Amino acid sequence: MIKVENVSFTYPSGVNALKNVSIEISNGEFVAIMGENGAGKTTLVKQFNGLLKPGEGDVYVDGRNTRDLSVAELSKDVGLVFQNADHQLFCETVEDEIAFGLRNFGFSNRVNKKRVKWALTLLNLQEYRKTSPFMLSGGERKRVALASVLAWKPRVTILDEPTVGQDQSQKERLLQFVRQLNTQGNTVILVTHDLEFVAECDPRVVLMSHGRIVADGPAKKILTNPKLIKKTSLILPQITQLFFRLADLGFPKDVISIYEAKELINDFVARRS
Amino acid sequence: MVSPIIEIDGLSYTYPGAKKQSLSNVTLSIDKGAFVTLTGPSGCGKTTLCRCLNGLIPHFYGGKIKGDVVVSNLNVRDHAISELAQQVGFVFQNPENQLFALSVEREIVFGLENLALPPDEIRERLEWALKTIGIENLRERSPYEISGGQQQRVAIASVLAMKPEILILDEPTSSLDPLAAKNLFQVISKLNKTLGLTIILVEHRLDLLSTLTDRVIIMDGGILRIEGNPREVFSSKSVKLMGIGIPKIVRLYQELESQPEKLLFSIEDFVGYLKRI
Repeated sequence: MIKVENVSFTYPSGVNALKNVSIEISNGEFVAIMGENGAGKTTLVKQFNGLLKPGEGDVYVDGRNTRDLSVAELSKDVGLVFQNADHQLFCETVEDEIAFGLRNFGFSNRVNKKRVKWALTLLNLQEYRKTSPFMLSGGERKRVALASVLAWKPRVTILDEPTVGQDQSQKERLLQFVRQLNTQGNTVILVTHDLEFVAECDPRVVLMSHGRIVADGPAKKILTNPKLIKKTSLILPQITQLFFRLADLGFPKDVISIYEAKELINDFVARRS
Repeated sequence: MVSPIIEIDGLSYTYPGAKKQSLSNVTLSIDKGAFVTLTGPSGCGKTTLCRCLNGLIPHFYGGKIKGDVVVSNLNVRDHAISELAQQVGFVFQNPENQLFALSVEREIVFGLENLALPPDEIRERLEWALKTIGIENLRERSPYEISGGQQQRVAIASVLAMKPEILILDEPTSSLDPLAAKNLFQVISKLNKTLGLTIILVEHRLDLLSTLTDRVIIMDGGILRIEGNPREVFSSKSVKLMGIGIPKIVRLYQELESQPEKLLFSIEDFVGYLKRI
């Protein structure tokens, strides 16, 4: 679905944000791009919908080179929800905000109406249909931004730091929703350094540092590797820290989720008693 | 007997133009030298409560206020924000909202110059703040070209140089990566332990904090719901129902089939328990 070949990118300010990056993301994958602040995560995903074009190398979306396509054309397939919702929202009502993209893509009025309703319901925003996005809380604005992208049903949804400033119940809702999106066959890409969130969704993790991809694999492998964690200013998930300490009781070290931890400890306690 | 440094009595507050109260009848006292973590769902009134402690409410925001807030024996109603700022230092969520000078050094001395302190004293406090926070190597740098974690440290240093008795930090780690967040919590804990500074920290990330803080206060809908030491608070059933991000270790304990009676609160607790059985 997305293929990045030897891409380097330098901002006009001279910051060399991507250095010879190659990666492939298949249809229906669930990927978390992680790494320290300034690692190049956001710069990389902006290449996926053509907001940025590579300085060197090529990016292909469905076999089409992004150099030959406009952001509008690419966005139809690749929806990007920005880190800061305020960079994205501008309409007078939540409903208009969601309808805006749809209208631009030339959907009929009938489809338009149906999709707006669908997106409002999906993100639990019905009561704010006629409210200005700027009257809403930060967490709610983020949901509006997400609804406005999902409404046109892109095949790939990219969420940049979706959990920043969200409380636990909003995070749990987001987790559920992201999973649902992915099981319906959509490609989901998260840019995040919320490692406790990633530990619960267990996606493929692409680890970046200083403009390069330094590791790529299942979350369970990457987030339990102390060397990689140190290199990228992450810390081991809390559950993993516990299992590192339990190794001499015969527990495995590569445990990241509460669910798996619970099963292992229940078994252990049952055997001992 | 430790004496309270903050006393809030029957505090209710409504922002101008708002229909609903943001704080309802809050009564709370905080001891000198405490490390308090204030948490709760978005919109619960955490930030509003903090604004009452340095007089931003009511002096800057206006609105309707009832009840009393006394900080270091000063009733905030009767004292200007500038006066309260010497007692209560405030570090914001986004350091960029707070930093503006061309160098870290300039940033830190700005507040001191405004207090019209003698130059020797300013120099002394500058060195002390840089050293205490461990950012001596950043003194010549521009606050805009350093990392987010470093920016937050500069913001803390510039507040610390005012020698407040209370330090309030409003979600200071929300834009930091996990390692930077962990390190910042260590710095805050050190200020609390070595200087006896009273800390009020507003946070969602309780995983990293539960073993550092000595009191947790949970707010919801403008009301104080639960408070106590972290062990008591996280073992309370209602905390789970309120959707608070309790530490994963505590959640793991709650999910176990046969729970030991005593709450397993930290990694140490878990290791100890499993080795014993």
